[in-house]
Amino acid sequence: MKETSYQRRHIIDVAVRGACFAATLLALVPLVSVLYYVTVRGIGGISLDFLTQLPKPVGEKGGGMANAIVGTLELVGLACLFGIPPGVLAGVYLAEFGNTRFGKFVRFSADVMSGIPSITVGLFVFALVVMSTKRFSAYAGGFALAVLMLPTVTRATEELLKLVPESLREAGLGLGVPQWRVTLRVMLRTAAPGIATGIMLAVARVAGETAPLLFTAFSNRFWPSSLNEPTPSIPVQIFTYAVSPYEDWHEQAWAGALVLVTLVLLLNISARLLVRHRVRAR
Amino acid sequence: MTVNAEVPLVRSESGWFSRLGAAGNLGDWLFRRITALNALLVIVLIGAMAYEMTVASSLSLKEFGFGFITSTVWDPVRQIFGALPFIYGTVVSSLLALLIAVPISIGIAIYLSELAPAAVRAVLGPLVELLAAVPSVVYGLWGVFALAPWLRESVEPLLQAAFGFLPLFQGPHQGFGLLAGGIVLAIMILPTISSVAREVLRAVPMSLREGALALGATRWETVRTAVLPYALSGLIGAIILGLGRALGETMAITMVIGNRAEISASLFAPSYTMASVIANEFTEATEELYLAALAEIGLLLFVVTVVLNVVARLLVWRVGRMPSGGRL
Repeated sequence: MKETSYQRRHIIDVAVRGACFAATLLALVPLVSVLYYVTVRGIGGISLDFLTQLPKPVGEKGGGMANAIVGTLELVGLACLFGIPPGVLAGVYLAEFGNTRFGKFVRFSADVMSGIPSITVGLFVFALVVMSTKRFSAYAGGFALAVLMLPTVTRATEELLKLVPESLREAGLGLGVPQWRVTLRVMLRTAAPGIATGIMLAVARVAGETAPLLFTAFSNRFWPSSLNEPTPSIPVQIFTYAVSPYEDWHEQAWAGALVLVTLVLLLNISARLLVRHRVRAR
Repeated sequence: MTVNAEVPLVRSESGWFSRLGAAGNLGDWLFRRITALNALLVIVLIGAMAYEMTVASSLSLKEFGFGFITSTVWDPVRQIFGALPFIYGTVVSSLLALLIAVPISIGIAIYLSELAPAAVRAVLGPLVELLAAVPSVVYGLWGVFALAPWLRESVEPLLQAAFGFLPLFQGPHQGFGLLAGGIVLAIMILPTISSVAREVLRAVPMSLREGALALGATRWETVRTAVLPYALSGLIGAIILGLGRALGETMAITMVIGNRAEISASLFAPSYTMASVIANEFTEATEELYLAALAEIGLLLFVVTVVLNVVARLLVWRVGRMPSGGRL
């Protein structure tokens, strides 16, 4: 009697462990499938032309996505410019002075903000920027991406500053250095590699965003000559091509996806390796 | 740990303001104000979003009132706008996504934080998180050319053969529709739910596990009797966060759900979501009322996701702050 009860419990234990392991493997099936499809169907479309040429009209062979690649770099650059400084400073506030009611509210708001859908951020920037400047522009697109980055950068900065040992701060203050210089020169500098990782992850995320760009940066089939005009981007171009009925464009969409996934995964993985390397070094 | 900061030994190095008599205190004062201003920006932005979208949708709010969310007619030509088909498509596809993603992602969280050997965890953990790194539009592309054809050729006929007596699984196999949308959403919210759930499980005090193990519980019994009850509210929070993400997800679902503003009982039928209609029609909308109606859908989405996120975050935070051994 007792034997069987033990056996039964053991069997249930093994079964549940197996089920949880299976769930983990199951989740990786779509990941592998997506990466497989993107590689196999995208590799054929990658060529020097694809990376350096403008898109051709429907029906004409060849052409590329070079304008969208440049556009994405512009948009991500602007997003970093608009998003990183306030994000880092807000994170510094939360880590250094954030134990107040205001600080807690900001921290909570940042967490809530990171759950706001990117399409509504696009609408917001449309109403705020595009309506008042009367044009789609790289500025508007970059601003939308910056809004999406802000909470991530803020919270990453805060978390990493909190990991810096207090003894460093005490050493600085003990030498008579003002608090703000200790924060900037000691705390922030020590936490910098970790914060850089957080920022890279945020950049990787917004680089693949499509929805907030649809009616802020819009799109364009030519070289973006100014930051104040509609700007193409890889994700929007993939979307346009994917929902089109043309076979050529589908191939271009896959090639674009391969470029985008490579870019995003490179950023993502190198950010993670940076952290792991640092943890080992400790 | 090394610190390569150049710490000045003499305070007079700290610049012009040290000469102002307060000896650096002015710097501290300014620094605190400047960082606080940037922190305030987060709150200001959320407020500005609420304001701008209310203003942008005011025309539609006035014209249709409450009827906007109960009417099924969406007719830009006659300027009549009702959002019910989009709300229906959003809710059904998101619930379907939860149905698929919740058991899997909670299983993942339990496995990775409670059961897996350290070496396995180090490999599988980052891989699961990579799911979140793939851009939405790429999932959409995959959905259009890989998932939808597979559903049409293999899965939908099978489901119909087995459960065809239910209205859920009737109708022609199209591939594009609620089922495809739900599956793509499930894939995209899996990493959200599982990573928050892992965080929650990590916040469960080790002493609870030790207590259960010392009483002779197996690993699973430890999880079931000691860990899960403590973590329950946080796990619900993780699921609500996933729901919020599913409701607002745009590109992938726009590409696979079929984009037809109809309410149908069948999961095989094409549908339309709130986010999708904004993405598809916003740049084409020229009349002011049309734009306002789309903005109102955006406002609805905004309000719902903010409320869900507030609730979810409160639940998740609660686990971290519970006294050890505390019960719900």
